[in-house]
Amino acid sequence: MSSMNRREFLQILAAASAAGFALDARTVWAAGKGDNLYELKKFGNVHLLHFTDCHAQLMPIHFREPSVNLGIGGALGKTPHLVGEHLLKAFGIKPGSIEAHAFTYLNFEKAAKTYGKIGGFAHLATLVKRLRAERPGALLLDGGDTWQGSATALWSKGQDMVDACKLLGVDIMAGHWEFTLGDKRVLEIVEKDFKGKIDFVAQNIKTSDFGDAVFAPYSLREMNGVKVAVIGQAFPYTPIANPRWMVPDWTFGIQDDNMQKTVDEARAKGAQVVVVLSHNGMDVDLKMATRVTGIDAILGGHTHDGVPQPVIVKNGGGQTLVTNAGSNGKFLGVLDFDVKNGKISDFRYKLLPVFSNLLPADAEMAAHIDKVRAPHKARLEEKLAVSEGLLYRRGNFNGSWDQLILDAIMEVRDAEIGLSPGFRWGTTILPGQAVTFEHLMDQTAITYPASTLNEISGETLKGILEDISDNLFNPDPYYQQGGDMVRVGGLQYTCTPNAKMGNRISDLRLKGKPLEASKKYRVAGWAAVSEGTTGEPVWDVVARYLRDKKTITPRKLNSPKLIGMQGNPGFA
Amino acid sequence: MEMNVTRRTVLRAGSLGALSALIATGVLKPTAAYAAEWNKAAFEAHDTASALKGLGAAAPADHKDLILKVPDIAENGAVVPVDVVSNIPNTSSIAILVDKNPSPLSASFDFSNGALAEVSARLKLGQTSMVKAVAKADGKFYTAQKEVKVTVGGCGG
Repeated sequence: MSSMNRREFLQILAAASAAGFALDARTVWAAGKGDNLYELKKFGNVHLLHFTDCHAQLMPIHFREPSVNLGIGGALGKTPHLVGEHLLKAFGIKPGSIEAHAFTYLNFEKAAKTYGKIGGFAHLATLVKRLRAERPGALLLDGGDTWQGSATALWSKGQDMVDACKLLGVDIMAGHWEFTLGDKRVLEIVEKDFKGKIDFVAQNIKTSDFGDAVFAPYSLREMNGVKVAVIGQAFPYTPIANPRWMVPDWTFGIQDDNMQKTVDEARAKGAQVVVVLSHNGMDVDLKMATRVTGIDAILGGHTHDGVPQPVIVKNGGGQTLVTNAGSNGKFLGVLDFDVKNGKISDFRYKLLPVFSNLLPADAEMAAHIDKVRAPHKARLEEKLAVSEGLLYRRGNFNGSWDQLILDAIMEVRDAEIGLSPGFRWGTTILPGQAVTFEHLMDQTAITYPASTLNEISGETLKGILEDISDNLFNPDPYYQQGGDMVRVGGLQYTCTPNAKMGNRISDLRLKGKPLEASKKYRVAGWAAVSEGTTGEPVWDVVARYLRDKKTITPRKLNSPKLIGMQGNPGFA
Repeated sequence: MEMNVTRRTVLRAGSLGALSALIATGVLKPTAAYAAEWNKAAFEAHDTASALKGLGAAAPADHKDLILKVPDIAENGAVVPVDVVSNIPNTSSIAILVDKNPSPLSASFDFSNGALAEVSARLKLGQTSMVKAVAKADGKFYTAQKEVKVTVGGCGG
């Protein structure tokens, strides 16, 4: 786009924003500037389109980016641990702009009303088709966490998403939450639905007996005369962060050595461009890029970081671009390489926000979505309550949606303390919006949803918090798991992220009184990873609470007192 | 399942030394296999320093040709895969120690007549711990170590 057009376009958006108008495609088209956001000139001869962690969001939604995403140790103040103004400054994004809304939590409620919802597969399909029309041979890569995260994905065992991805034209896919459908279901989809259409790749999943590869480690394609290898990297800690009993015969892990072997093999077979479609999480990807050579780009996900530009990591083999493409269908990454005489001479990257109002729905995809929703429409659209405040999830320690879940399970189960997992998916509700059953499922739709009530000692509770905080704040990314801190209801504590494992959690208190190590407390929770956990699905418990309350007042977030985090650019 | 894993572990260990794997998986007690060379002091030590002393390896030096392969985070603390390869010439033994286990010395393997110094074992880790490999070559001791995390899990992504 010419800079003139772009400036004019931004002015229109700013004016609309200032006036509090909702922006829609018609207004923008009428002004003749709407295409500009998505007018991305083709560059080079190798084109990769990348989305990740859509968490089965077929419909347009709102999604608030985090205001707390702390960088610890070497990650302090570095991408992706920048929030709000720090992120805008680092990437030169104008405050108040449509991009500022896409990439940060700033002024969220007003900006969400102005710019409308994001994502939705029908709108994404339109964008993919447009980009592909200009980029012949482009590959569409799905980083995983695609078959989980919504009611319809859970109820159809991922089938609604599998069919949507085939329709969207996905070429190659990696995985994580997919495995919580169980090993048999994953193999069924890969061997039947995907056969000859989508390559499901993973270099780091082996059988736990003989160490045989379960999936193809990579896919070798030819694009405009250039051989391109796409290596798959599944979430390395799937059997730890999620139920191991669902994939009992598979072993995961990061497996740098095998990654290097796979890169070398792909190069030996003539690949001139080697990329990794990764579900490591960005911090792990950044470290892997320093240890494995010969990777041109790691197209990453898992940590849900919407990163406008790649981080360039220099290593023994030259350099590796590391990207992360956000979550919930909000973004589409476009990476163009110019390959000359068998070598990459230059690249262009853009992480495009998918604004539903600026991209007309693709009719074919819209029809598919209508079809999968039709049988469940009444159940999905049941209004459980109206929320007076903003309900969101993302953040290292708590979110208002999580607080609502904690409040619900503690009240319904009559517990003193509540624990709710630090998932990073789940959509956002604006103040005054009705909370439907579908919205509740956006936060809770997993295959191990049992709500629990346990008697847990003070000592064990501290141990759990220490353990999970190390998964988040261990200075070595290879020991991190990429989720957020477990959300805690009722119990106050202090957290020192820079401390060593076992020493981060202190001053645990319940209603002002110190927690006693040997005393047992009534703790409500959900999403236990151990086999055989039984209990009412958490969505039924929370739905009952919401129906009963009818109006949800703004939540008071229970967050720990933090030590040593002043001035951290991952904290607002 | 447990039976099956054991059988396969034995099969897999065929090229490495089935006896070693059997000891590591607990099928055979070390006393049975190595009755003659059972190093009581080393195996019964309750801390790594004493175990190393028992092996006669009080201060082993780091060596880049001693390669220890363990996961960063254990998928199951009860069966953590540990692979050790020593490319140090004339390696005559490899020991594996888990610092935080009640008895740190978990396994010791002897090699004779130029046998390939490569072992694969499954060890139990009660908690997050440093895992050490110690190799003996030409009368000198060398070491490689890495931390393996054992975690309650849940809460990912």
